[in-house]
Amino acid sequence: MAREAHPASFGAAASALAAAAAEGEVVRILGGQTKRAWGTPAEAGVELHTGALDRVVEHNVGDLTAVLQAGVPLARAQERFAAAGQRLALDPWPGPRGEATIGGILATGDSGPLRHRYGAPRDLVLGMTVALSDGTIARSGGRVIKNVAGYDLAKLFCGSFGTLGLVLSVNLRLHPLPAATATAVGTARAADRLAGGARRLAGQPLELEALDVAWREGRGTLLAQCAGAQAESRARRAAELMRQAGLEAVEVAADDGGLWAAQRAGQRSGERAVVRVASRPSRLERVLAAARECGASLVGRAAVGESFLELDPDAVGRLRAALPPGTVAVLTDCPPEHRDAIEPWVPAPEAAALELMRRLKARFDPAGACNRGIFVGGI
Amino acid sequence: MASGAQLVARLAGICGPEHVLTHPDALATYRSDGLAQYRQTPLAAVLPGSAEEVRGVVRACYEAGVPWVARGSGTGLSGGALPVSDGVLLVLARLRRILSVELDDARVVVEPGVSNLAVSRAVAPTHFYPPDPSSQVVCSIGGNVAENSGGAHCFKYGFTTNYVTALEVVLTDGTVVRMARDAPGYDLLGAFVGSEGTLGVATRIELRVLPRPESLRTLVAFFADTGAAGEAVSAIVAAGMVPGAIEMMDRLSIQAAEQATGAGYRLDAGAALLVELDGPEEECQARFEEVVGLCRDCGATDVRVAADEEERELLWRARKAAFAAMGRIAPAYFVQDGVIPRTRLPEVLRRIDALAGEYGLRVANVFHAGDGNLHPLVCYDSAREGEPERAEELAGLIVKACVEAGGSITGEHGVGVDKKAYMPAMFSESDLEAFQRLRCSFDPHGLANPGKVMPTPRLCGEVPGPYRQHPLERAGLASRL
Repeated sequence: MAREAHPASFGAAASALAAAAAEGEVVRILGGQTKRAWGTPAEAGVELHTGALDRVVEHNVGDLTAVLQAGVPLARAQERFAAAGQRLALDPWPGPRGEATIGGILATGDSGPLRHRYGAPRDLVLGMTVALSDGTIARSGGRVIKNVAGYDLAKLFCGSFGTLGLVLSVNLRLHPLPAATATAVGTARAADRLAGGARRLAGQPLELEALDVAWREGRGTLLAQCAGAQAESRARRAAELMRQAGLEAVEVAADDGGLWAAQRAGQRSGERAVVRVASRPSRLERVLAAARECGASLVGRAAVGESFLELDPDAVGRLRAALPPGTVAVLTDCPPEHRDAIEPWVPAPEAAALELMRRLKARFDPAGACNRGIFVGGI
Repeated sequence: MASGAQLVARLAGICGPEHVLTHPDALATYRSDGLAQYRQTPLAAVLPGSAEEVRGVVRACYEAGVPWVARGSGTGLSGGALPVSDGVLLVLARLRRILSVELDDARVVVEPGVSNLAVSRAVAPTHFYPPDPSSQVVCSIGGNVAENSGGAHCFKYGFTTNYVTALEVVLTDGTVVRMARDAPGYDLLGAFVGSEGTLGVATRIELRVLPRPESLRTLVAFFADTGAAGEAVSAIVAAGMVPGAIEMMDRLSIQAAEQATGAGYRLDAGAALLVELDGPEEECQARFEEVVGLCRDCGATDVRVAADEEERELLWRARKAAFAAMGRIAPAYFVQDGVIPRTRLPEVLRRIDALAGEYGLRVANVFHAGDGNLHPLVCYDSAREGEPERAEELAGLIVKACVEAGGSITGEHGVGVDKKAYMPAMFSESDLEAFQRLRCSFDPHGLANPGKVMPTPRLCGEVPGPYRQHPLERAGLASRL
């Protein structure tokens, strides 16, 4: 049974981490536990929970910035930001009760449809404070939206699955909540038509908030969200482009919250496996073909080239073989009984990159304490 | 360690003797970058013609134990490409091929010596590359990657780091590492962009581009002082707008720029605010009227709206010429690059005014108002005894005022040699030590651009073993990092 730590201050968190590391323990870092099974976590001697690091330290309304402690649930922070007409433009699936924390979202690099315009977590992080396994507390970046002083360690920690150290707090750039949103939606029964429609919209200067596709049971959907003072008239233009591209049942939804919540939820699965695929946007058609071949449903960011495929765990190998060579196909959700049989990190980094990653791990976490084994190459 | 002459001979073998410069006259061009007050003559300057040659040069330096500095077009403003006296200057000017343009994927792949503007040209007219430093006509993409360059449009569009999607990097031991967004593993790409040439050299750069906005609306509003102009910026941002650019100039810079360009800026104004909205036609149209209204509400004495592209270019020309034009009103100046939270603008500008008064020097302000990136130009005359020193001291105090206001010592120019002394104002010893862990992972021998970024020279020490049981032993290792 792992020992638990629930530090409520940076000092206590750094001490708990350092003490466990000094004893040679593996420390499992946990937030809202909505992504607990991702990666290949090793047996841990200590579970370090970030739940007590739950303060919204700053919300600088006029500057559109905020500082959040790692254990703050994103949903709670968003409520706070929304009260001032702002948001963090990051919208991964928030968990059944909105428990996904900012620390966990950053550590896993999770995102949602807004990635189309605003990027991944690493694109919205201005700075970070971390604890390393030797007890060091280190800051990098800053609290202003423009800053190039020092190395960008926050980017290194985003998506690192907690293997370099413990994120204590993050400085974030916020954006104004749009005055209104409207979404153009169209469907297609042929993958090439869906992909063609997506390509058509991606190349237009519509300044879309999000451009998503979905594929379920032989039918594809294209969704294009416009936001701003003229959201609806722009969405009508997007709809017209969809029609020109041969999409069917094209309409504009002004009340579009449910559509996008479904896209977010579609990235996750409680019963089946989910593979996150990243490739060139122009390969969407091939990704869709592979999905159909393996009985997978798909949601994804058409212009980013990121898709989430939900399928039977037994079909993951087949899916990977059906994708173009070199395509990123990382396993995220998976029923526990299948997990050991599937390598999550595909493709493995090339030897030189992996060697560099191992050196980073050795420098930042010399004790090898932080989330040991969860990451690529057993890091 | 091989002698300098042996290394030079080896480099000539790799790149051809005509591409290895050792004569002091030939090296004169390369002694400094855009920040000419720092000068250093390298052992040799070498101009490889391919990624393979870059790798050969880096490997030869590694085997000889000789440090090297990469240089693009040499427009940097922090001395980041300042050579080291016993080292090699790796000039990437010959690597200027655009390798592919893939508009279906909104991607372009280039060599590091390609200019920033050439990227936008390569994807025109349908697309553009958003980061646009003022030096975009000449500055190289490799340099942009090293410095994480910004420009006038980054308030809305972000920085170089948001647009680099893949890199091929040569590490100091000659190893080639491919880094890409979304690849499993650490975000090596994110760590490399903005590392100021201290982690390796990029030989192949893949960038994301965007569809060109269909509409552009530009105005210049004139105000009695920067305080009123600052209020207008806050009002625009508070209204939920993210303009493509919001640039401010104060009285002194307006006068210099107007003399140089005749763009029609009002000489009686205490501040000018250039606001540009871009995006979909109907959105721009609706919000532009709002911007005009907000400027007037905040006391704009005059608002000039660009009627066409020609007038827009004229309005921009004054802004872009502001630095160069300063030569008309002062023989020399130091430019700073501090950033502040935008809401602290009025008090920091007052502080700068007060400091300038104390020092008896003129400070002109030209800045990216949207993101609080100040470019105070501290004017001085080298002919006057002690004035350069006083100006430098004043520039340093301005940087510190920015940090005290919760900001940064540099928003886009980089630390280089110029601002490394200010790093401790922003970062603690343990922060700097964490930086060093990154540096040492990439370049354990400190061969890439040594003496930059970090305030004091430091060595890497051994890579600690993975599992250390004894806490004291580990503490000892940590202190060596």
